[in-house]
Amino acid sequence: MTVASDQVRQATGRFGEFGGRYVPEALMSALIELEQAWQEARSDAAFGTRLDGLLADVVGRPTPLYLAERFSERAGCRVLLKREDLAHTGAHKINNTLGQVLLATRMGKRRIIAETGAGQHGVATATAAAFFGLPCVVYMGAVDMARQQLNVVRMRMLGAEVVGVEAGSATLKDAINEALRDWVTNVEDTHYVIGSVVGPHPYPALVGDLQAIIGTEARAQVLELEGGLPDEVVACVGGGSNAIGLFRGFYDDDVRLIGVEAAGEGLDKRHGASITAGTQGVLHGALSLVLQDDEGLITHPHSISAGLDYPGVGPEHAWLASTGRAIYESATDEEAVKAFRVLAATEGIVPALEPAHALAHVLRDGAGKGLVLVGLSGRGDKDVAAVAESLAL
Amino acid sequence: MTKLLDHLLSLRAEGRKLLVPYLMAGVPQRDSYGPALVACSEDADAVEVGLPYSDPLMDGPVIASAGERAIRDGIGPIEALELTAGLGGSAPLIAMTYYNPIYRVGERAFCARASRAGVTGLIVPDLPLEESAGIRNAAREHGLAWITLVAPTSPPHRVEAIAKTATGFVYAVSTLGVTGARDELSAVASKVVARCRDATDLPVLVGLGVSNPEQAGAAASVADGVVIGSAVVKLVLERGAEGAASFLAEVRGALDALQG
Repeated sequence: MTVASDQVRQATGRFGEFGGRYVPEALMSALIELEQAWQEARSDAAFGTRLDGLLADVVGRPTPLYLAERFSERAGCRVLLKREDLAHTGAHKINNTLGQVLLATRMGKRRIIAETGAGQHGVATATAAAFFGLPCVVYMGAVDMARQQLNVVRMRMLGAEVVGVEAGSATLKDAINEALRDWVTNVEDTHYVIGSVVGPHPYPALVGDLQAIIGTEARAQVLELEGGLPDEVVACVGGGSNAIGLFRGFYDDDVRLIGVEAAGEGLDKRHGASITAGTQGVLHGALSLVLQDDEGLITHPHSISAGLDYPGVGPEHAWLASTGRAIYESATDEEAVKAFRVLAATEGIVPALEPAHALAHVLRDGAGKGLVLVGLSGRGDKDVAAVAESLAL
Repeated sequence: MTKLLDHLLSLRAEGRKLLVPYLMAGVPQRDSYGPALVACSEDADAVEVGLPYSDPLMDGPVIASAGERAIRDGIGPIEALELTAGLGGSAPLIAMTYYNPIYRVGERAFCARASRAGVTGLIVPDLPLEESAGIRNAAREHGLAWITLVAPTSPPHRVEAIAKTATGFVYAVSTLGVTGARDELSAVASKVVARCRDATDLPVLVGLGVSNPEQAGAAASVADGVVIGSAVVKLVLERGAEGAASFLAEVRGALDALQG
């Protein structure tokens, strides 16, 4: 389903009033070039065939859809898991990075940069850059480097240079600022692989298009497995790429779409819930919902999950929330850690802390909800140390 | 015609090269910012005042950390405007701010507050032509000049469209990158200036990477003047208002030496 992306592309780079292109003039030509290149590529059959081949052979798609029977008993509803944790490199991020780096080679770019929060997008970008033989620099907040050490080592082993960012809150938001500064400086030969459905147009549409395969597959799989559509589709939302990928498969169906944000220490304390508790503002090149103070300063978010520790959200989500097509809930650090343990104990799957927020919502509110499809966006090896620390194991 | 443009045009008509230093509002400290502003106005034709912001993605380390310092002292972008009111020295003030604080308080309300604070022009580095119609209208209503940025990557047709919207001056970004001193003034600068000249009769000032009197002289030999940011902010922090003012006097000398 590409209703939203086509709508945005034909208009002004906006989803409803959200989105746009709030960037320095130096980047405008590159964004216009990227928009045109993507329009050409996505209607080029040869590009599509190449990308499909990579998704099958490198990523291992389609990823399974799996009925989590023992977890379902705990939740009080039938829970299907879309297993993006089984994609190569352990998360859905690779769907986007392979597509974008393939596009970059088509555009003649010779250098790849990226930001990363949890490190999953950094690893996926480093993997794609290695696959295509391009040099890669990944910007990562110093706080995130400390809590996702495993992924830092993985990126370096894949040949990427990992640059720590000390500014601001030293997390994902600041890593994006630093990547944008690099891009402003090296825009002529460099492609910036943004990792979520955020940033200036065309990034939110482009990343959403590349992640839409999650929802396309899941819809076909659930029809085959269950003979009908789910009642609810649930996914975690930081920037929101796995949720958009999954949701897009169901936009035109009579299915409830639920995004779960990070409530961190609680919505009255530090958190990352930009839709639930934010206001309209401009961050990283797009008008969306952000966490900010009265003067428009972006505030420091918090989540135990580095991937959800972000004070903004993709404009497509802000639009889905404003139209009511999707509903946004939140789960705290504590609830996420509990759900993490429940999935491990009931299904033998160690999830990433990001989708553990979606699982937490289902454990809390799932009773009697019928058939619930959850986006299991990544695996949790990277989070084992953080969970152990939080539980004092 | 805006007040700022009128002022700059009459100086240019006298053969004077324009000097616009940049200061971060609230730096070095709340009470020493005013004296720094007055001292730096002495040899300036306008002063650009940066409003502190949490996510300054066009700024290099010097200006970004100066902004962080102001924010740590409790000075946000709107507070910075209030702080600036009544402080101005002899030169007109231009506010440089990222867009979100403007969006947050509203374009009209922001322009009203800026105007009340004595600001005569606006630079918003993350608001390209396509997104700027609203703020340009609001600025016009409040008599504020709109200053546009042209980059080395701006093709001629964009330069033309951008220059058409300018009502203060055109800021020719001399190099790809963020703010900060450079060892050499980029050769790209004269190409960017030439593109601006083809598109407009408004004053064209070179900025980004201009950090000493020699570079200022070189830039002003092709353009109408220069904007100097990081070098001034660094001096204000390290050597105070007097250090920055004596540096600007040297730059003034280099610019005046060009006077025909």
